[in-house]
Amino acid sequence: MENNGNGAEAFRTVSLVRHYKMGRNIIPAVDGVSIAADRGEFIALLGASGSGKSTLLNLIAGLDRPDSGAIVVDGHDLATMTPFDLAQYRRHIVGMVFQSFNLVPTMTAYENVELPMRFAEVRRKERKTRVLEALSKVGLQDRAGHRPSEMSGGEQQRIALARALVNQPKILLADEPTGNLDSKTGAEIMGLITELNRTLEMTVIMVTHERALADRYAGKMIFLGDGKVLGQTSNSNIQGVIV
Amino acid sequence: MRAYDLVELAGRNLREAILRNSLTTLGIGVGVASLVAMLSLGVGLQRLFNRQLGRSGLFDSVIVSSRQDFRGRGMQSSDSSVPPKSLDDAARKTIEEMKDVVEVYPNLSAVGEFRLATGKPEESHFTVVGGLPESARSGEAFDEFQGKFFSSAQASQAIIMADFGRILLGLPDDPKAFDLKLTREQANQLLGKDIIFRYAERQSGTAAPARSAGSPLAGNSGKDLAGKDKDKDAGNKSDSPDVGDTSAFNVVRREQKLAIVGIVNSEPNRGMRSGRTSIFLPIEFAESLNMIQPGDLRNVMRMSEGKSYTALIVRVAKSKQVVQVEDQIKKLGFNTFSIVDASKGLTKAFMYLDMFLGIFGSLALAVAFLGIVNTLVMAVLERRREIGIMKAVGASDGDVKRIFFVEAGSMGALGGALGVTMGWLIGRVINLGANIIMVRQQVKPETLFYLPLLLVVGAMTFSILVSLFAGLYPASRAARLDPVQALRHD
Repeated sequence: MENNGNGAEAFRTVSLVRHYKMGRNIIPAVDGVSIAADRGEFIALLGASGSGKSTLLNLIAGLDRPDSGAIVVDGHDLATMTPFDLAQYRRHIVGMVFQSFNLVPTMTAYENVELPMRFAEVRRKERKTRVLEALSKVGLQDRAGHRPSEMSGGEQQRIALARALVNQPKILLADEPTGNLDSKTGAEIMGLITELNRTLEMTVIMVTHERALADRYAGKMIFLGDGKVLGQTSNSNIQGVIV
Repeated sequence: MRAYDLVELAGRNLREAILRNSLTTLGIGVGVASLVAMLSLGVGLQRLFNRQLGRSGLFDSVIVSSRQDFRGRGMQSSDSSVPPKSLDDAARKTIEEMKDVVEVYPNLSAVGEFRLATGKPEESHFTVVGGLPESARSGEAFDEFQGKFFSSAQASQAIIMADFGRILLGLPDDPKAFDLKLTREQANQLLGKDIIFRYAERQSGTAAPARSAGSPLAGNSGKDLAGKDKDKDAGNKSDSPDVGDTSAFNVVRREQKLAIVGIVNSEPNRGMRSGRTSIFLPIEFAESLNMIQPGDLRNVMRMSEGKSYTALIVRVAKSKQVVQVEDQIKKLGFNTFSIVDASKGLTKAFMYLDMFLGIFGSLALAVAFLGIVNTLVMAVLERRREIGIMKAVGASDGDVKRIFFVEAGSMGALGGALGVTMGWLIGRVINLGANIIMVRQQVKPETLFYLPLLLVVGAMTFSILVSLFAGLYPASRAARLDPVQALRHD
């Protein structure tokens, strides 16, 4: 089953450039990247280490700023936004999942999932409902009071996924979401992401270096190398969801 | 971010490093305690001083003297454009009629001999006697008062000092017992008893002849105001005195029976007199005795109509009206003195003392300031990844900054509360210790440390402000963290 989105644009990047200075050398992490995604599309960014996948993801997430070019989301260019507007964008438009889960170790699962809503100033009553709903979606409502150290890697990534979903973002950005998980748990997480992509029509951008994973779940694959887009292809061989 | 979320997150962060944060808070507490203890000592001393002066009646009183007299220390000179006047009954009446003046009475001080009516004449004791107005009743001296106040301003009654009571009772002289209360038994031996007061009365109106043989104490010899030698002129003029010259007077020995009604162990209206007075009479009664006073001899030298006074004490309705009344009196041509003049310098001195104590006390708080900076910088370093996560899920730079500010402010508030409590306790303990020593030395216990509400609020506010200031650098450092770098941090 192919998932190519609904035709409305979720975002696009225009000649995006992000260079890093390392001593005297300038590393072109992202070098003139122009890509676009439709709403509800599942895109895999593929490439070797150092190809610029994560940098591109951070730029789309509004965590980093480009040296030149534009990232247009809902008609707004992230490159020209103020830091506060970028924070608002991260609160309401995007959700992120990381390879290393990035949960706050001193907070319980409930508190971790609740955290984005504190910054989004969601009322307490509503928060509780939404946290429990998100935990229920990832099947961990009974682990709400546990800290990350008391949970397995798969459980931690589910909590991270619940946290990314809780503010109902339009775009889910996943940076190697299965990188630290065994294949079975990884498949479970990917199943969850795919389900969210389908049921909520959430645009998913996933960074991975595993071609097989992209083949299985992504509707579009973009290949990066040395900060440039080497090519992109639609995937008609999606095998479906295994949860 | 909502306020309760800020407080919750900050509280959670503080709890996570509870030992380090508690020690930092304790450091702030010690700093604030030292500041509070120092300042409450300054305030306590100033308050004690002001109370002593205030209860002495000086703050609402003006001492008026004639410009013809020697100017005493601190005396405010009268308006030099107005000729000096005699401080006589007319002047007294004018001052009495001034706005805001409550009462005017002479600063009466004379010497006399006293003995218990039941005692022998050779048991008489020579001492200074003064007059007390009804208003003196509210003075501090009457807080620990044995007996009662005068039944009226004309009553032939006396209030005596406790140490003079001991002398009257023939108790051995004990310098340590000075200012101490008499025992109930000792007081009962004196209260209600009569004493015989022998004094020198000034008989005015009719001058006595030169070298009058009628009065063993009297004398109107020497020169009169015209500068004539009465002895030389005796052959030319009759011995009859110059009746119109009121400066001439007789001195007659008198005896007066007085009932002891009260015993005080500190001198009432102490600030009004220069010497020590042991016996007090109702002011009107004392005036009616017409006792010879030290200034009378001086008054012989100058012409005045009727009775003149060495000094008058003018009591004003409110202390803030003292300056105004003082100015009016100066315009009449008299010298004035009030504690307001002296207290200006003292207020300044106390301000310097408070400042010095405050600076000294703030040193510990300066160390605590560095402690907060250190703790928060450490927290920023330790929580780099957490800050990155917060930014990734939507925290703005301002949110991050505010979290650190609330942490700093919370430590400041807790440290402030702890410090104020500790400072208060330190004050209480030192006060208790000092009072134990004072009582052993037979000195009346006093409150040396005083912690007013303003100082509590001020110290708490200062503590929070210092902590927020200390949090400025760490908070802005946390806010400036690059989230991408922070998320990579292990």
